[in-house]
Amino acid sequence: MSMVSIRNVSKYYGDFQVLTDCSTEVSKGEVIVVCGPSGSGKSTLIKCVNGLELFQAGEIVVNGISVGDAKTDLPKLRAHVGMVFQHFELFPHMTIATNLTIAQQRVLGRPRDEAMTKGMMLLDRVGLRAQADKFPGQLSGGQQQRVAIARALAMDPICMLFDEPTSALDPEMINEVLDVMVELAKDGMTMMVVTHEMGFARKVAHRVVFMDHGRIVEDATKDEFFGTPRSERAQTFLSKILSH
Amino acid sequence: MSYAWHWEIFLQPAASGETTYLGWMFAGFETTIALSLAAWVVALLLGSLMGVLRTVPNRFLSLLAATYVELFRNVPLLVQLFSWYFILPELLPTSLGNAFKQLNPFLQQFLAAWICLGFFTSARVCEQVRAGIGSLPPGQKNAGLALGFTLPQTYRYVLLPMAFRLIVPPLTSEFLNIFKNSAVASTIGLLELAAEGRQLVDYTAQPYESFIAVTVLYMLINIVVMTAMQRVERRVRVPGYITGK
Repeated sequence: MSMVSIRNVSKYYGDFQVLTDCSTEVSKGEVIVVCGPSGSGKSTLIKCVNGLELFQAGEIVVNGISVGDAKTDLPKLRAHVGMVFQHFELFPHMTIATNLTIAQQRVLGRPRDEAMTKGMMLLDRVGLRAQADKFPGQLSGGQQQRVAIARALAMDPICMLFDEPTSALDPEMINEVLDVMVELAKDGMTMMVVTHEMGFARKVAHRVVFMDHGRIVEDATKDEFFGTPRSERAQTFLSKILSH
Repeated sequence: MSYAWHWEIFLQPAASGETTYLGWMFAGFETTIALSLAAWVVALLLGSLMGVLRTVPNRFLSLLAATYVELFRNVPLLVQLFSWYFILPELLPTSLGNAFKQLNPFLQQFLAAWICLGFFTSARVCEQVRAGIGSLPPGQKNAGLALGFTLPQTYRYVLLPMAFRLIVPPLTSEFLNIFKNSAVASTIGLLELAAEGRQLVDYTAQPYESFIAVTVLYMLINIVVMTAMQRVERRVRVPGYITGK
């Protein structure tokens, strides 16, 4: 069953076309890595999936609901689509515990105790229970990103979107975040991950989508992609980022 | 300088008989404070609303707020005050205009000055609020929306709490300004602090004492406001957040 279905999506900023006729599918439990050079439209595409960016043509269907439909209750849809951002985007004026519970309470209407129990369990899972009463600014980047993942998981998402989750991190902190993501993938979470971490892709991705100039140039299984990429563009990209 | 200082005039019975000249001064002091605080409440509420409207993704609402700001920011305060006090009652439906003119003069002056200062300052508060929201990382709004918050919830829980923290210093300036600007109310006859100062000169012929007293009282207000706002700033400081200090 298809969890996320992207069909012929095109997007413009004025006259400039950022996405051209993009189509791909993410099945339930599948992990898709989206990669490609800067400015290729990866982040824009993933933001279209939960309606943070609008698109002018095509259709995106998440769990049977059309994102572009004017009648769709976007907040309701987004509540169950987790998203992790490049710059963490924790709420700086709230403690870690509040960051984890506020949307559970205000969006899902969970009672405080239940939200807190859930939040603490997830903090435990990402190894940060001891930091519950601290503020985001008092944590390292890697810790903040793990909290951000826990915050998204607290909403019981049906799928998770990651927008370059390790790009803003110091090299030493990348692994602690990737470890959490690998665990998540192993648990069967449906994930769409924009990243340059090819090690992560090799380890857990089922498919790799390669983008360039707003187009999906290649959409292949992991083995196909790393073994024999069909497009020349993907070959040069891979040879560049894997040469070190 | 041959000036005969007579500080004791403050203790002399004022011309109105019931009080001393110091009593006049304090009456003006109270009026200034009441007027400014009342206007500040209007400015803060209306300014915050307009500031939010300027940032929402709706062209009509943001244009409405922008027009409001340009109107109240670009017309001189004195002209605005005369418009509220002399012109608006004539433009109102006759019964409402007459009702206003039958209020006691103090109330007429106070109402006009209150509305005028509140609206004038709200345009400035609006711009501070807009700047505060605009200075937050754009990802914050997305993070709020991605969690399933509606746009109003995103403002309520995510954007405004941080935006207001960031703009405490410029808001302090606006708060101080409203007390100083309230002196224009003397031009429509409201006996606030500055007006009492001038009246004292007329009655006692001791300009230095009168205006020194006025100055000291305005400074006193400013010191209290600054101290209070510094305390607010410290209370709402976010641990670990870089505030540029």
